[in-house]
Amino acid sequence: MSYNKNMNKDIYDVIVVGAGITGSFIARELSKYTLKVCVLEKANDVGNGATNANSAIIHSGYDPIPGTNKAKFNVLGNKMFDQIADELDVSFRRIGSLTVANFPEQVSMLEELAKRSKENGVEVKILSGEEVAKMEPNIPNSYGALYAPTAGIINPFNLCIHAMENAVDNGVKLCLSNKVISIKYEDELFYVTTDKDTYVSKIVINAAGNYADQIANMINKVDWSITPRKGEYYVLDHKVKNFVNHVIFPLPSEKGKGVLVTKTTSDNYLVGPSSEVINDKDDVSTDKMTLDNVKSQANLLVKGIPYNTCIRTFSGLRPSCSRHDFVIEKDSKFDHFINVGGIESPGLVSAPAIAKYVVEELVSSISLLINKKDYNSRVRRYPHIKEVKPEIRDKMIKDNPDFGEMICDCEQISLGEINDILSRSVPPRSVKGVKRRVRAGFGRCQGGFCSPKVVLLLAKHYGISPLEVPLDDEGSNVLLEKVKVVD
Amino acid sequence: MERVDLLVIGGGSAGMAAALQAKKEGVKDILILEKEDRLGGILNQCIHNGFGLTEFKEELSGPEYLQRFADQVIAEKIPYKLNTMVTNLSKNKVVTYSNSEDGIKQIQAKAVIMATGCYERNAGAIQLAGDRPSGIITAGTAQKYLNIHGYLVGKKIVILGSGDIGLIMARRLTLEGAKVICVSEINPYSAGLNRNIAQCLKDFDIPLYLSRTVSKVIGKNRVEKVVLTAVDQNYNFIPNTDMEIECDTLILSIGLVPYIELLEKIDCPTSSTKGAKVNSLMETEIDGVFACGNCLHVHDVVDFVTDEGRLAGHGAALYINDKFKDENVIKVNPGNNVSYVVPQTVNMDVDENVTFKFRVRKPLINQRLTIKSGENLLFKQVKPVLIPSEMVMISVPLEKLKEAKEEITLSLEDN
Repeated sequence: MSYNKNMNKDIYDVIVVGAGITGSFIARELSKYTLKVCVLEKANDVGNGATNANSAIIHSGYDPIPGTNKAKFNVLGNKMFDQIADELDVSFRRIGSLTVANFPEQVSMLEELAKRSKENGVEVKILSGEEVAKMEPNIPNSYGALYAPTAGIINPFNLCIHAMENAVDNGVKLCLSNKVISIKYEDELFYVTTDKDTYVSKIVINAAGNYADQIANMINKVDWSITPRKGEYYVLDHKVKNFVNHVIFPLPSEKGKGVLVTKTTSDNYLVGPSSEVINDKDDVSTDKMTLDNVKSQANLLVKGIPYNTCIRTFSGLRPSCSRHDFVIEKDSKFDHFINVGGIESPGLVSAPAIAKYVVEELVSSISLLINKKDYNSRVRRYPHIKEVKPEIRDKMIKDNPDFGEMICDCEQISLGEINDILSRSVPPRSVKGVKRRVRAGFGRCQGGFCSPKVVLLLAKHYGISPLEVPLDDEGSNVLLEKVKVVD
Repeated sequence: MERVDLLVIGGGSAGMAAALQAKKEGVKDILILEKEDRLGGILNQCIHNGFGLTEFKEELSGPEYLQRFADQVIAEKIPYKLNTMVTNLSKNKVVTYSNSEDGIKQIQAKAVIMATGCYERNAGAIQLAGDRPSGIITAGTAQKYLNIHGYLVGKKIVILGSGDIGLIMARRLTLEGAKVICVSEINPYSAGLNRNIAQCLKDFDIPLYLSRTVSKVIGKNRVEKVVLTAVDQNYNFIPNTDMEIECDTLILSIGLVPYIELLEKIDCPTSSTKGAKVNSLMETEIDGVFACGNCLHVHDVVDFVTDEGRLAGHGAALYINDKFKDENVIKVNPGNNVSYVVPQTVNMDVDENVTFKFRVRKPLINQRLTIKSGENLLFKQVKPVLIPSEMVMISVPLEKLKEAKEEITLSLEDN
């Protein structure tokens, strides 16, 4: 392709490829400065890859090997989360984690982990089996545990969406459904071509998750690669109260942190993940054998897991890098091309710290950073109608009756909350986009009752036929044909 | 705080029957809260016929059946609120609800009747394996899209589970031009009523595969294929029995579950039906809170839901009028081959016949039904044919049960 110099294109200062947790936080960080920024995302929503399917944990940082990027950014990131959760209005609870020794021979490993934690600068405490049993009645017979009070749980969907929303509110342009197919460098400009258009920029930041190696190789062959490592999970209903109260880990192995059991910010429970290397970068299928294996591992950790309350199983793909660490660096040949790859666990917690480093250290070395005067670090507050006091909720309904009309039975989500997300700068396009933002369809009926209402609301909002409303990404339409005219 | 004598949560068949009965028995101050924009609940989307054979001795469609009760509710001037979601129920019967007119409001009720219906078991409950494309949908949701909104969810359809909604949808989708390739049932017998197997599958040459389930869903954005695999009697897959079927939609008709989050939040004890435990006047173990219809146990015929609603309305009326007795109760246990019995206790001081409703674990023929207290035989009846998809009802005079000294057990044995 040859580029017409006269073509009337915006020239961006920075293009970010990928709107997962890493790309979204990088976009937000960039939006603090007077840079012209564009984010290209292949899916029709942000956070649709690894961000969408993981353990939703803000790790303390006890586990990564000292000196690695993982250790550094995990620990830095963890400290940022009270402020981030506040600014981005995301549910976050520092419930602490327990890494449990289930066999006597594991007790010495707790000491080792405690040493590693100290090197990483993470506050931990070794607890006896009795102390563990007191904190977690369903772990009655352990040989002790490493307690890390700074570990937390978060709503990962909202974290990513709100970070991008904040970036867009501060001037970043977000182009969804734009899959990058080639990148060319000419006259100090990158020409990033997607399946929709060509975008021009002085700097490119590659935050393409499982595809980061492919994007990197479009400009210069890199010496690392990304292999997806699949993790399968069970989601359990909140029917059983306080089944566990902390993030419960087994002792880590070379395969990762192992199968964990944790509460989520919505008081459901997650059991998982498995860990299997696969080839297909889009394969988020589940299988019975893998999940059965997750079950048997989790059963060693916690007694009486109520699998009969399972409301969903899912899998996510960790973008595992051949370097066994995060790649956060300029390309060896093009110093205006920055690769941020291999952001697997602890990626969620690390993302804000990675973003800060990328912008303040890497981007600043190649571009002048001038603070934007009107930068606002906060998103417009979300209407938490279930959490506010009844009298405030009552007033909210009086001011906007849509907050009184319920759409989702199980999670009690009102029409007003769905209208609110549709009015924001990163609105949902799909049924799952609504689900990720406000939890409509997340409960035990899994959208059986509310999904028809959500489909019709989306159709009305976008002025399209319900036949065009996707379940998730483009091409996943819910309905296939209209059969008759209904008033 | 506003007060009301009887608050009915849910304005479907059970709720309307309960409110009407309570009104008939002199309860004046009643309020029905309904989450949808009309009375009638799920019957609104059940446009097929077959309703009312017991109740009205004629065959009605769902909307016709519900309208007869809605008309009575209106004629009796029983107040109801639509588009109104109950967000909380406290143990002392303070009901919190939300709607766009009243905001969020609390009402103190003397008695509460739960008539909240059920929800469909879905892919998560059976841990459906494979991809997660669009085109996996529960039968009731597909029915709503089709009968209420006028949209087909698919054109080439496999139905998993032979529950009645799935069978009815097989016929309905076929009539609307979709191709229903087959129905697959994990059990060696159908979960639906025999009349539905005949009228919805056989009449349309739709095959029913027994002892076969979906082992894998394949498809990136949309369902492309499902793999059906045979299972043994322990529901384990039998190797080399895979059938790969090209389709665009997998409809799930794999059971219904009582929808009782409100009761779970106040730790109301439940039974194996996943509904609340009740006594013979349909009172749960929370004082003054009654339950009826599909939120108590899932029924196959709406006429019996109506009947159970009346019983709960009667119980609530006695409770409100201080004529309710539950000091002397005996426990009822499901025995051999019985998966559940409702009620779970009998109020021995209420001088009325007791109707036991139960289901069998597997298809049975020529059975002797017994109710025993220890070794003491209180009641017996011969049942020629029993199948799990058909709820069984037996009415037992209370005097027969009065001989019970301890818990009673309802069992089936070969005759």
